Amino acid sequence: MASAREVAEAAERRDVRNRWLLSAPALLIIFFAAVGPLFVMLLYSFMAKGDYGDVKLWQFSSEGWFSVFLERDIFDDTLSVNDAHLAIFWRSVKLSLATTFLTLLFGFPTAYFIATRPERWRALWLFLITIPFWTNLLIRTYAMQEVIRNEGVINTSLLWLGLIDQPIQMMYTDLGILFGMTYVYLPLMVLPLYAAMDRLDFRLVEAGYDLYATRLKVLWRIIVPLVKPGIVAGSILVFIPSLGAYVTPRVLGGGKNMMIGNLIELQFGQGRNWPLGAALSLTLMAIVMVALLLYVRNASKSGARHG
Amino acid sequence: MARHFDVRRQWGFATVAMICFFLLYLPIATLVVFAFNAGPSLAVWEGVSLKWFVAAWNNSDVQEAAMRSFIIAIFAATIATIAATMAALATTRTAPYRGMTFKYAFINQPLMVPEIVTAVALLIIFSRIKVWTGYSGLGYLIAAHAAFCIPFAYLPIRARLENMDLTLERAAADLYATPWNAFRRVTLPLLLPGIVAGFMLAFVISLDDVVITEFVKSGGQDTLPTYMLGQLRRVVTPEMNAISTVFLAISVLIVTLFFLISRKKT
Repeated sequence: MASAREVAEAAERRDVRNRWLLSAPALLIIFFAAVGPLFVMLLYSFMAKGDYGDVKLWQFSSEGWFSVFLERDIFDDTLSVNDAHLAIFWRSVKLSLATTFLTLLFGFPTAYFIATRPERWRALWLFLITIPFWTNLLIRTYAMQEVIRNEGVINTSLLWLGLIDQPIQMMYTDLGILFGMTYVYLPLMVLPLYAAMDRLDFRLVEAGYDLYATRLKVLWRIIVPLVKPGIVAGSILVFIPSLGAYVTPRVLGGGKNMMIGNLIELQFGQGRNWPLGAALSLTLMAIVMVALLLYVRNASKSGARHG
Repeated sequence: MARHFDVRRQWGFATVAMICFFLLYLPIATLVVFAFNAGPSLAVWEGVSLKWFVAAWNNSDVQEAAMRSFIIAIFAATIATIAATMAALATTRTAPYRGMTFKYAFINQPLMVPEIVTAVALLIIFSRIKVWTGYSGLGYLIAAHAAFCIPFAYLPIRARLENMDLTLERAAADLYATPWNAFRRVTLPLLLPGIVAGFMLAFVISLDDVVITEFVKSGGQDTLPTYMLGQLRRVVTPEMNAISTVFLAISVLIVTLFFLISRKKT
């Protein structure tokens, strides 16, 4: 009997070993080209900056981390808050929150619309949302640029209609970035919202109306609480890439309206301050991780409640 | 029931949804239309012409960048799909074991870190390796692409495996098939649609990448998206729209095929 158990245990050990061997290629590739470099970057953030980019290897310095929010006066070495960096972080958070809000505003009715279509049409509507999601982000940003620039579709039509006599400047403004990000990240909001609404029991909504609840009350007291996991998931999925956005603010914001992603790039380009760039990247990652943790906690809590 | 009231008809919501679909496709439609413009303007229509497609086709920079994009995408998607298939076989159809959650989190890591962060981390380490080894070929881009393609390839393969019936494999084993034969003759054919779908997703994701490529590439290693990003700094002609239109058409084609393959349930 003991030997039978030993045989079974040996088989299980072999099974577990095989499973590790099978997953080894994927784990190794991700380690070498995604996870590992993050640790190297952590190391780099604590080194002295090189004169022409890069770092002075093994010359440790905390200057990179100091410079995330502080700046040293070049004459008397006093530290003060770096207003430019603060402004960029604040713009990033502000624009990301606004993007999340706008995508929710448009995405919620859209997801509700799709979820309430007859079964056979739903796949098609969903497909229409998914297509832009899988097409190139840069191309979609460029398409947006063509619509909002001074000679673009919006301004040309408004001028032609005589509603304005000066083009409205949207390119190279925060508003332009906001429009662009809302446009490119909208599918990320609709898809999880739809997933939640697809499971929604519409008899509950009917019951609400039968009991003389107003439309707003039904929406607020029945639909929103039931699809809350979808709202949270969609908001996280939009907020995180918005915060780390690089392409959209670069194309639509120009050089002046930077977001964190562009500030990071600057340190590896003209700024030639790799330790600061590394520290900024890790700061961005930390913010994103906090957001993800909040999401996971929220998801497991609501998961436990609904069984 | 005299009052014909249907909660599925919310006219306000339906209107917003229609506006949403309209806004989603207006920029893309404008872009495609002006690719066929006879004039050099992106706002003034001067008649239908294919001249910008011809110009893009004959542009040697575009040819090279497109070729490079395809080579990277083919290699990266192939590597990612093989690795993801193996990993999916190791993380499904079993009782949870120690390390499984870890593997799952690890495989999905590229989805959780902002792209710009991974991009500069790769820039740091690859620039060091380039100095050490003197090698500066496409290998870096392929490795970087393979890494972020793995989670995308993994998703449909894992989904397919989880819905698969284990009894067929047991039957094969009962009929004295070796584990390898059982895998090759039973599991693999059943898994194939998932693998094809995973490859296609990985391929599109690699083809579309801008940020990581922009930071990892050495001089003269532009892919089509980074070439376009560079061009956007200059005065843009409808040639850009022509390139985008072809690019869009390829993406839409692959995604449509992906949907058709993954919709068929056995």
